Amino acid sequence: MPATTQDWDERYYHVDQILEKPGPRTDPGFLAGDEVKEFLREKCKILVIGAGGLGCEILANLALTGFKDIHVIDMDTIDISNLNRQFLFRPKDVGNPKAIVAAEFIMNRVPGVTVTPYYGKIQDKDDDYYMQFNLVICGLDSVEARRWINATLVNMVDPENPESLKPLIDGGTEGFKGQARVILPTVSSCYECSLDMLNKPTAFPICTIANTPRLPEHCIEWASVLEWPRVHGDKKMDTDDPEHISWLYNQAAARAKDFKIEGVTWSLTQGVVKNIIPAIASTNAIIAASCCNEAFKIATSSAAYLNNYFMLIGTDGVYSYTFEHEKRDDCPVCGGEALDMSISSETTVEQLIELLIEKQDIQIKKPSLSTPTAQIYFQAPPQLEAATRPNLTKKVSELVPADGEITVTSTSLPFSLSLRISYT
Amino acid sequence: MLKIWSMKKNEDAVAKKKPKTSAAQIRVQKDLTELDLPDTMKTHFPDPNDLLNFTLTITPDDGMYKGGSFVFSFAINTNYPHEPPKVKCTQTIYHPNVDLEGNVCLNILREDWKPVLNLNSVMVGLQYLFLEPNADDPLNKDAAQELIKNREHFLSNVKQSMRGYNIKGVQYQNVMG
Ligand SMILES: [Zn+2]
Repeated sequence: MPATTQDWDERYYHVDQILEKPGPRTDPGFLAGDEVKEFLREKCKILVIGAGGLGCEILANLALTGFKDIHVIDMDTIDISNLNRQFLFRPKDVGNPKAIVAAEFIMNRVPGVTVTPYYGKIQDKDDDYYMQFNLVICGLDSVEARRWINATLVNMVDPENPESLKPLIDGGTEGFKGQARVILPTVSSCYECSLDMLNKPTAFPICTIANTPRLPEHCIEWASVLEWPRVHGDKKMDTDDPEHISWLYNQAAARAKDFKIEGVTWSLTQGVVKNIIPAIASTNAIIAASCCNEAFKIATSSAAYLNNYFMLIGTDGVYSYTFEHEKRDDCPVCGGEALDMSISSETTVEQLIELLIEKQDIQIKKPSLSTPTAQIYFQAPPQLEAATRPNLTKKVSELVPADGEITVTSTSLPFSLSLRISYT
Repeated sequence: MLKIWSMKKNEDAVAKKKPKTSAAQIRVQKDLTELDLPDTMKTHFPDPNDLLNFTLTITPDDGMYKGGSFVFSFAINTNYPHEPPKVKCTQTIYHPNVDLEGNVCLNILREDWKPVLNLNSVMVGLQYLFLEPNADDPLNKDAAQELIKNREHFLSNVKQSMRGYNIKGVQYQNVMG
């Protein structure tokens, strides 16, 4: 049955109040009526990254507000400890992929919605995959994954193609704190722009861990940071391996006993080494709601969207704060300059460097050059300078393909400059 | 769908398609090529194509560790600079802030790391440990106690350890090469 025929009367009565007539604060581009409803329900394709604490909430919210073509990616399987808040999962689902179980649950529960799961990593997918969506929502707990998707979406923006700009809505929670933000790649501040705002994982001074432990966490860090490498050498610790956690727990418990410290448990050990901050279901619900509200507003233009950072602090009462995080010129992902350069296929690396130095508009001093896969010429350190020096007399065309990219760094640049090389 | 593209046109800095080089990779290139090290510090890349793994040799020209040559390994992961580089001393040395496994007690390598710091700051911090060993943050407790109790004796232990002597049952590595 086509999805539309499953819509019973008044199914979207409440949502339609918003979509059928413009309000005082709607965007001038908002076209109230059937067209916007049709876009939301028939055309809009949205990607949800993460089907965990935030992801479950996001998927349910989207399905119930009328998004009907939803895709979800998650690389994890369901653990029993997820069940208290990841409400799309039941005890029978433990061990199964989150993305697949979540997709089935939503499709069973909300008729007419198609949720397409992918059980795997976001890095498995290429630009063509991400290009098919209108919007991306992230509910991830990993900084690394967020940096990756952010850079991917920023890099995908093609000045010739408006469709290549995909709004990214990023939600994150840590205990009672959370944030939701709207990133318009290359237009507004990106995830990398705000990297220094992140709460860093708690790290205790290594000498405290080594000599004067006072907390159970000190004993656990001692076991994982100092004892593991001492006893196991180069063998990598796998924080998902229960045997490794047990070993750490036993070491930490013995040390805690020596120092008369109480509170070392198996689950605390796991929590400390995996850097787990207890997840709070209500924080997830608030942040997911905020993210989905933004998705709805951006997809329909029915109201002003978040510009651009919403912060929730629930540790002392409920405090929230919204501000515009500024795009950084020295952001390694969205900042810096890009330059098209057309050179002769006979131009040497040395000549290219001369050209860069002579360019009045960029004022570059002592540039170092690389391609995504190799160094071309490094000014320092001495060993790398010597190793790359023979490249100076080579032709650029031997090292960089046509339309290839060169990353230039220099002390006189805020971050870097990217050159796109074409040959005449 | 919101018309974002029109907003973009108004932006003066119209971004062009950016390279595939990762942010961590560019940041490491920037850090390394802008290193401003004194003659007492030298980097070595076992594989010059691998910028993420290298060693730093510190040869202090002053202080109690003068004459020694101390080698640290640096391992940078793809989450740099969100995470600090992992730094270890590759030799067994007698130093209050370095344990026998090569772990180093330097605040900016752990609790005080920030993405605005760079490889240069870490290297300068390491060198400072040899000029001013700090008994307040001990990793080698015996060495730290000796430094507090009897500076002369500590100094002689340092000199002996650097020649590869055995102190209190611990065999130290000769770093006088
Ligand atoms: Zn940015």
